[in-house]
Amino acid sequence: MGKITIVQAINMALSEEMQRDTNVVIIGEDVGKDGGVFRVTEGLQEKFGPERVVDTPLSELGIIGSAIGMAAYGIKPVVEIQFMGFIYAGLEQIFSHASRLRSRSRGRFSAPIVVRTPYGIGIKPPELHSESAEALFCHMPGVKVVVPSTPYNAKGLLKSAIRDSDPVIFLEPSRLYRSIKAEVPEDDYTVPLGKAEVYQEGKEITVVAWGTMLHRAAEAAEGFDCEIIDLMTLKPLDEEAILKSVRKTGRLVVVHEASKSGGLGAEISALVAEEAVEYLKAPILRVAGPEAVIPMARLEDYYMPGKERIRKAYEKVMLY
Amino acid sequence: MDIIGSFDVKFLQIINEAGVCDAALLPSMEAPDLKKIFETMILVRTFNQRALSLQREGRIGTYASVLGQEASQIGSALALEKDDWIFPSFRESAVLISRGYPMWMLYRYWMGDERGMKAPDDMNIFPMSVPVGTQLPHAVGAAFAMKYRNDRRVAAVYFGDGGSSRGDFHEALNLAGVFKSPVIFLLQNNQWAISVPRARQTAAATLAQRAFGYGIPGIQVDGNDILAVYRATKEAADRARGGEGPTLIECYTYRLDDHTTADDASRYRRKEEVEEWREKEPLLRFRLFLEKKGLRTKEYEEEVAKKALEAVDKEIEKAEKFPPPDPADIIRYTNFELTARQKTELKEFGWEK
Repeated sequence: MGKITIVQAINMALSEEMQRDTNVVIIGEDVGKDGGVFRVTEGLQEKFGPERVVDTPLSELGIIGSAIGMAAYGIKPVVEIQFMGFIYAGLEQIFSHASRLRSRSRGRFSAPIVVRTPYGIGIKPPELHSESAEALFCHMPGVKVVVPSTPYNAKGLLKSAIRDSDPVIFLEPSRLYRSIKAEVPEDDYTVPLGKAEVYQEGKEITVVAWGTMLHRAAEAAEGFDCEIIDLMTLKPLDEEAILKSVRKTGRLVVVHEASKSGGLGAEISALVAEEAVEYLKAPILRVAGPEAVIPMARLEDYYMPGKERIRKAYEKVMLY
Repeated sequence: MDIIGSFDVKFLQIINEAGVCDAALLPSMEAPDLKKIFETMILVRTFNQRALSLQREGRIGTYASVLGQEASQIGSALALEKDDWIFPSFRESAVLISRGYPMWMLYRYWMGDERGMKAPDDMNIFPMSVPVGTQLPHAVGAAFAMKYRNDRRVAAVYFGDGGSSRGDFHEALNLAGVFKSPVIFLLQNNQWAISVPRARQTAAATLAQRAFGYGIPGIQVDGNDILAVYRATKEAADRARGGEGPTLIECYTYRLDDHTTADDASRYRRKEEVEEWREKEPLLRFRLFLEKKGLRTKEYEEEVAKKALEAVDKEIEKAEKFPPPDPADIIRYTNFELTARQKTELKEFGWEK
């Protein structure tokens, strides 16, 4: 098999998991006949039938809420929400039920749903199609948050998410969907949740990023000795991977496209401040979006951290 | 103009307020079944009364009384099979007790102990939903899964007139109609959502008729007539098991007590209204019905009441003697496995054993 995109890798993961386990069903808007607005589920309804790849009414709250009932009963719903901006109607179901059903019932019931949704900036879509609200989900106990960055880890992470016993919010960077291609094994492999990966080794700056920003942080690293960590799972955080690297480099730059205020960068910075301050040679820097609504197409490049802003942060921490 | 659709809203009553029944509509029930219903009603009322006293004594926390709604809850709960799934709201003590849910656990819950909501393994009862109406989609999903697995089961979800105003109601009924899921929407129309009367929830004349907009059957039943509720639920369950999809049942009843023990209903509703409904309450009517059938005597009822009080007292004792919860439980049940941070926190908080 040649090189494939993240869209194809996710499709492959879904297909393999549905083949492996008849409990796995896909539900969402346009996921069946149309194969999803990004064609991620293309061909799956033909392969597995309309009972397993279920086109629903336009009903984000109902889709996520009913997925909770499905999962509690014992089947495995993989929900597709068309864009992250449309997930908000389902937040109460995620925050008040999916994330706490296990705790509220003291282990009697749980809701291990997977909610997949394209997220992030960079494809110049209409309004509310570029949300990057990962920190909201990371703040809520009981849910896991995963962001793939390559075709290889997209497949392996989604398979792990489907097999996981907790609810997983699976955020697919829409900018990366078709912009990178790589070889992806056809075997049944998984990439574990809760583990970060050293994307690029280095000695002087630890750079933590995920999704689209991982690639941008790497592009910006030319001329710097950066150790770039691909978080992949944003919750639970692989604290040890971050700390280990910072203990080595003594410098930390976190890059994310979401607004800096209350963003995940704050959590990562605080972790390092609490656990590894004695190793730090420079202030921790966050390169992130401003405290503003993510703009439409004409202004999106200004909002999203670009190579120059990231390089400035690298330069600044290297002054120390 | 042509009429392209018209809908009739049916109302089911079997026993009227005088205890007179329409024999043609009576469900087939023998004397022991009827007595079991009566005994459950007394047991629930005793549980409820004691819960209110315990709250006043500071022995349990805020409690939501079911007084007046026993027929709507017990009648429907007894019409379901053992393997069916139930999705209650926080005002469904009568449903749970009818299904044999341990009363001491309910008391524990109202004492503020999550362990009270861990349904016994042989009961498919979801934890009571606190955000009003949010449990409806869960029942639709469970029903979807039942159908997916070819299990001849039903999901029954309880909610109120207030809950029916939420978007969850709309999305759940709509999805259930499209999926043809085996779900029964048991709307407990008790006329009040805290201080807001039924008339301010919707301009629709009945709540039952809202089913028609989703292409599913809807019926209003006299929610203070336990046999009417039983019959309507049984019919809906049979239809659901037969692959005919969901039903909305509006149980037309009344919340005789305050919203919860933290509420004072005299601030917003007339005493006369409550007194009118008190005359229509479900136990009075069923008692008259049983009397007419020769199944209720004063001695029998005294015996039933005595047994109920003994049983409830035992359950309270059990609840109060139950060992306190382990603080580690706060963390332990959050995820399937502890995260690295949760492990550290168990140590930091001194909760690790």
